[in-house]
Order: sequence, then C-alpha cells, then structure tokens
Amino acid sequence: MADKRPVLDVRNLRVEFPTRRGTLTAVDDVSFQVGEGEVLGVVGESGAGKSITGTAIIRLLEPPGRIAGGEVWLDGERIDNLTAEQMRRVRGKRIGMVFQDPLTSLNPLYTVGRQLTETIMTHQELTETQARKHAIDLLGEVGIPAADVRIDQYPHQFSGGMRQRVVIALALCVNPRMIIADEPTTALDVSIQAQIIKLLKRLCEEHGAAVMLITHDMGVIAETADRVAVMYAGRIAEIGPVAEVIRNAKHPYTEGLMGSIPVVGHDLARLTQIEGSMPRLTEIPTGCAFHPRCPKRFGRCDKQRPELMQAGASRAACWLHDTAHAEAAE
Amino acid sequence: MSAPPILQVDGLSKAFDVSAPILRRLLHGEGRTYLRAVDGVSFEIPKGKTVSLVGESGCGKSTVARLVVGLYTPTEGKVVFDGHDMAQVQGRAEMAKLRRRFQMIFQDPYASLNPRWRVLDIIAEPIRAHGLMSDDTAIARRVGELLEQVRLSAKDGEKFPHEFSGGQRQRISIARALASNPEFLVCDEPTSALDVSVQAQILNLMKDLQTELGLSYLFISHDLAVVYHISDYLGVMYLGRLVEVGPAREIFRDPQHPYTRMLLDAIPDLEMTGKKRIPVAGEVPSPIAPPPGCHFHPRCPFANERCRTETPLPVHIGERDVRCHAVEEGRLEAEVAAAKAKAPAAVA
Ligand SMILES: Nc1ncnc2c1ncn2[C@@H]1O[C@H](COP(=O)(O)OP(=O)(O)OP(=O)(O)O)[C@@H](O)[C@H]1O
Ligand SMILES: Nc1ncnc2c1ncn2[C@@H]1O[C@H](COP(=O)(O)OP(=O)(O)OP(=O)(O)O)[C@@H](O)[C@H]1O
Ligand code: SF4
Ligand code: SF4
Ligand SMILES: [Mg+2]
Ligand SMILES: [Mg+2]
Repeated sequence: MADKRPVLDVRNLRVEFPTRRGTLTAVDDVSFQVGEGEVLGVVGESGAGKSITGTAIIRLLEPPGRIAGGEVWLDGERIDNLTAEQMRRVRGKRIGMVFQDPLTSLNPLYTVGRQLTETIMTHQELTETQARKHAIDLLGEVGIPAADVRIDQYPHQFSGGMRQRVVIALALCVNPRMIIADEPTTALDVSIQAQIIKLLKRLCEEHGAAVMLITHDMGVIAETADRVAVMYAGRIAEIGPVAEVIRNAKHPYTEGLMGSIPVVGHDLARLTQIEGSMPRLTEIPTGCAFHPRCPKRFGRCDKQRPELMQAGASRAACWLHDTAHAEAAE
Repeated sequence: MSAPPILQVDGLSKAFDVSAPILRRLLHGEGRTYLRAVDGVSFEIPKGKTVSLVGESGCGKSTVARLVVGLYTPTEGKVVFDGHDMAQVQGRAEMAKLRRRFQMIFQDPYASLNPRWRVLDIIAEPIRAHGLMSDDTAIARRVGELLEQVRLSAKDGEKFPHEFSGGQRQRISIARALASNPEFLVCDEPTSALDVSVQAQILNLMKDLQTELGLSYLFISHDLAVVYHISDYLGVMYLGRLVEVGPAREIFRDPQHPYTRMLLDAIPDLEMTGKKRIPVAGEVPSPIAPPPGCHFHPRCPFANERCRTETPLPVHIGERDVRCHAVEEGRLEAEVAAAKAKAPAAVA
C-alpha cells in the first residue's frame, strides 16, 4: 500500500491537557497511516494514549483536552482544521465509531430499527421503506438472526454481544471509509468476541474500509490486524507488520509486553515480567520514556529521546536500532 | 487426584429467589421464580494445587466461589474443607478457627480496599479480627513482612490505597488475604482488571507464594490463556453445571464436551496458525428458564432428541468427568470429524 494514498494519515499528532499543575502531553508526536482494507491494531498498557489518539482523530476529545499540534488527513483531505459542523458530517458519514460499551452508542428509547433507518436516511437519499430494507440487510450481515423481527425491538431486548453487533451495523450503515473501534470486544465473552472480530475483519475486506482497532488484547490483534502500533507513554514505541511485532519484537517494551502474555500451549514456570509500571504523565522520564524499566538501556537512553527508526520490517523508537551513529553521539 | 484434598465440593447447588414483588405476584397469580445459579457441582482441590473454573459470563463461577468461602449458604450439597463439612461445624470458635484458614481475593482491587484506612490497618484487620496477635509493634512487624512477601516495601504501610496503582492495590489485597496464614485462597478474577504486564507480575507472585507457602487455589477467570498458565485442574461451567472437569493440560489438549471444544476453539490464536474452527453459534440462554435436558442443546451441533429431554450425568473418562450424552454414547468423535470436514472455508 506504499504507493497508494492511505485512507487515514495522522502526522505528528499532539494532544495536551492543560491542568492546574501544568500542561500534560497525553499524545506526543504520533504519526501513522491506515490503508484501504487494512486493519491497524493499536496496543499498549492502560494510560498509554490509545483512546485519546482515537478520540482526537474524530475530534471528540473531552475538554480541556485539545489537539496541540499535527495534522489528520482522510482520503487526501485535511480534517483536523474543519469546523465543528463540517466535522460532524465527517463523523456521521466517512468515519464510523465503535466503543467498548454498546449502551452509550444506542438510544434506549428508540427501537434498533428506528436508529438505523434514521442514520441511513440522513446520509443517503432513500425512502423509509428502502432504508428499512437496508437496515434489515445490515443486521443480517452482522449476524443477528431473524433480523426482520428483531429490528422492531429495543436495545435492552438484545444481549451484550448482539448490542455490540448493532453498534457495528450502525457504524457501517453509511459505508464509512474509516472505522475506529475502541476496545470493541473487551466487555464480551470469548465466544462472542470471536464472532465480532471475524465480522469486523470480513466487513473491512468486503467494504474496503480502513480500520483502527484499539485494544490491549494481543490475541485479538493477532487474529485481526495487518499492522500493529505499540504505544507507550503517549508515543509509538514500535509499529510494523503484525507477525513481525508479535514474533520478532524490536522494541524492548514490545518484547516485555509479548513475554508477559500467557499463551495456551506454552508451558512456562514464570511469565516474563516488566518491572515497575508505566510513568504518570506528570513524571515522564527524560530521554527514552521506557528507560527506567528497560533491561537493555545504555549510555544515551536517559538523555536523548529516540524517534522511530527502521528496525527490520518494523520501525522502533529505540537507540538499539540506531545504526548510523551508535555510541558516537555520546 | 490422589493427594488428600484441601477442599471437596459435593452436589453443590444455589437457587436465588428472583420472584416479582409479592403484590405483583398476588395480582397476576404468579408463583415464585428461582434462578438456579449453581446446579449440582462437584469437584475437589488437592493440597498445594490450583483448580480453575471457566465459562461464559453468568454461568455461576462467582456463585461457586462465594458458596465455598461461606458468603452464601448452599441450597443443596456440601462444602468440605480439610475434612470438615462446613454445614456441620459446631460453635463459633470452631468456625472461626476454620475460617482463618481460607481467604478470598476479588476482581476489583479498587472496591475491595477501604479508601479511608491506611494500608497497615487494612492488612492488620484480619490479624486483629482473628485475634492472632494483639501487640501493635508485633502486628506492624508482621504487616511489614507481608508487604515484602508481595514485593512491596514495609514503608508502604503508611500510605492510603489511592496512592497505589491497580497492580499494587491487588498486591495489597493479596497481602491482606495472607495475613491470617491461610492455606487456601479463592481468587475471583484477580487479574481481570489489570494490564497484561501487571497481570504477569501478579500471576508470577501467586505461583511463587504457592511454592513458598504451599497454598491451594480456587481460581476463576474468563481468560483461558491465564487459566492454562496457572491451573493444575480445570472445571468448565455452563449455565450452573460443571460440564467437564479434570487435569487442565489434558482438557486443553483434548477437550471432550462440545461446549469445552467451542470455548477452546474461540481462543484468539496468538501463534497465527490459521487453524480450522467449528463456527461458534448462538448465545447463552436465560438462566431463569434454562433449556430442558442438556442446557447446551440449543447451541450444540451434536444434539439429538435425548439431549433435549434428559439431563446428562457425569461420565468418567480417565481422570475426567464429562456431562454429555454424545460422549457417553461414544458417537461424538465421528460426528466432530464429519462437522470439521463440512465446515465452510470461511471459518478457517
Ligand atoms: N481529562 C483528562 N485530563 C488529564 N489527563 C487525561 C484526561 N483524559 C485522559 N487523560 C490522560 O491521558 C492519558 C491517555 O489516556 P487514554 O485514555 O488514551 O489511555 P488508553 O491507552 O486508552 O488506556 P486504557 O487502556 O486504560 O483505555 C492517560 O494517562 C490519562 O490519564
Ligand atoms: N444475589 C443474586 N441474586 C440473584 N441472582 C444472582 C445473584 N448472584 C448471581 N445471580 C445470578 O446467578 C447467575 C450466575 O452468576 P455469577 O455471578 O456466579 O456468574 P459468573 O460466572 O461469575 O459470571 P461473570 O463471568 O460475569 O462474573 C447469573 O445469572 C446471575 O445473574
Ligand atoms: S532507547 Fe534505550 S532505554 Fe529505550 S528502549 Fe531502547 S534500549 Fe531501552
Ligand atoms: S448432551 Fe447432547 S446437547 Fe449436550 S453437549 Fe452433549 S451432544 Fe450436545
Ligand atoms: Mg482506552
Ligand atoms: Mg463472576
């Protein structure tokens, strides 16, 4: 996809939270692209900045959070400087969103069918009957049995997994170019989780949409994503093809993260353990933010901040991969 | 399971009364409604071993845990702790002596610690409650030891819970659970609220403590990889019933019950082998009106008429107990092979 124009192009994104104790930088100089039909997984520990990155792209940051730098491009058009009204249209039509809790995305007072048909009709020139037919088809497509009956029911009459599928149908009903899914399966059982993942993947292939899938579940990423971005303390620590990142991690943080995940079939007495915990935003270490926990740190790590650099098929923000001027910069 | 068990659970059931308010029942002529959260569950935990319970949300795992530690009274069946039938224990003193020997750790390290108490007092509480020590300096010394045992610092006793991260708070809960020198811990989703890296720290700690102190665990989780890592034995629950129980490695390698097979098939494949799966169908039915016969029959590709009417009883296969007619009739393997051959390529 290198030669093709990416669907989503995020350049040097920076998100700040002004607080009484100074300005916190929750997302710091983050750049990545997602291509057509591609699923980019975004992983990292709690507080790494995954959700803030997603909400900044769709401009739903809660105040006082604000985009303090960088650009966001959708299909070759810059969208981070659009007016609120223009952005609302982009959100409804060109970017679909799926959040962890399906109840926040569904109105409990309206039937599932009404919510779907209304959304479809605001974005497409269709009669109510046509929109309803389209809605039933979509519910069928996301695996809701007897969709023609279920369509007239209210969200509370659906199970958790079915509600999440309705939210996906809602996000898809306008054929968006980009889908941002934040922990879409975290609240669900493994069996239902597997259904949702397959569904997202298939829809992305069939509709040619680009997907940004935020989760801390590496299993979900392994099954779904084409590429993965690993975030640490507001920055991308490593980004690359999914198999590379999982099997052949280049950043010591990714390595630690992968080792700490138990795997069915791997008989280990102990799991690899990353000592310590992620820093608070108020006390991000100098140089490489991971250096206090890094088993491989060396001379320059606590002084100079590494940018993403080529490391095999991936890119990693780690001085170990600085072939140009190794220790010379000391 | 040859070692003498620390815990035996025998035919354990719990029915909750979920009836409508009395007035509505009288007006509409409705009877009482019961929800059978746990239905005839039997298993045992050998000393020094870990038994895990898995199953979809609402299948009754937490209810079993609460029955075991005495937070609920069984509707039927018994809990036998180190040879003592808990329902037959005479007198408060006798009960207190037994209760000291098992403790429970909960999922939410935020909710289970009193925010207004210092960590020292939180951990000392069981020591004081069980009257294990009375001298304050001795208690403080013991709390310091416990904090170090869970790899925190003795100085952390002065702090309040909000000064700690999620993983550190879960360590504090573990230290508190260890304060009364228990031999047996019931852990209900102890790492589900934590990041994978913090989870690894806690799982390692739990294993180390098991080796150091000879602890036995009843472990509950919906994360099958975590369960694989920590368990010696495994019980798979479906709508209140234990459908398969036996040595964990064996079940993972060669699951018998159709529900166990489905559950293991749904594990995301971190190895990316692209193995072929039987598609997962349907959702968990209502526990208030579970399907008759085998509860799993509406979702089971191998169900027949007998499954729809007759409740399967446990069948012993080696060290395993499985509740499934098809397994008992010996028709399952052939039918699974046929289903796999037929499975559409799209589910690969
Ligand atoms: N309103 C706010 N004020 C100050 N800081 C905030 C605010 N909202 C979020 N943050 C901080 O921004 C950082 C990134 O948060 P974000 O929600 O993106 O994390 P995440 O990677 O999605 O984590 P999780 O896995 O827990 O969802 C966190 O450190 C968080 O504390
Ligand atoms: N106090 C109660 N009163 C009525 N019903 C209850 C009560 N506690 C649990 N239940 C019901 O019993 C069933 C089993 O619940 P339980 O909490 O044991 O499930 P679980 O397997 O732990 O699920 P999860 O994985 O979601 O924690 C559920 O249907 C639940 O709604
Ligand atoms: S830059 Fe240094 S401290 Fe940071 S991850 Fe690489 S080796 Fe470790
Ligand atoms: S008893 Fe019948 S329905 Fe139940 S799991 Fe076995 S084959 Fe399936
Ligand atoms: Mg988040
Ligand atoms: Mg539970």
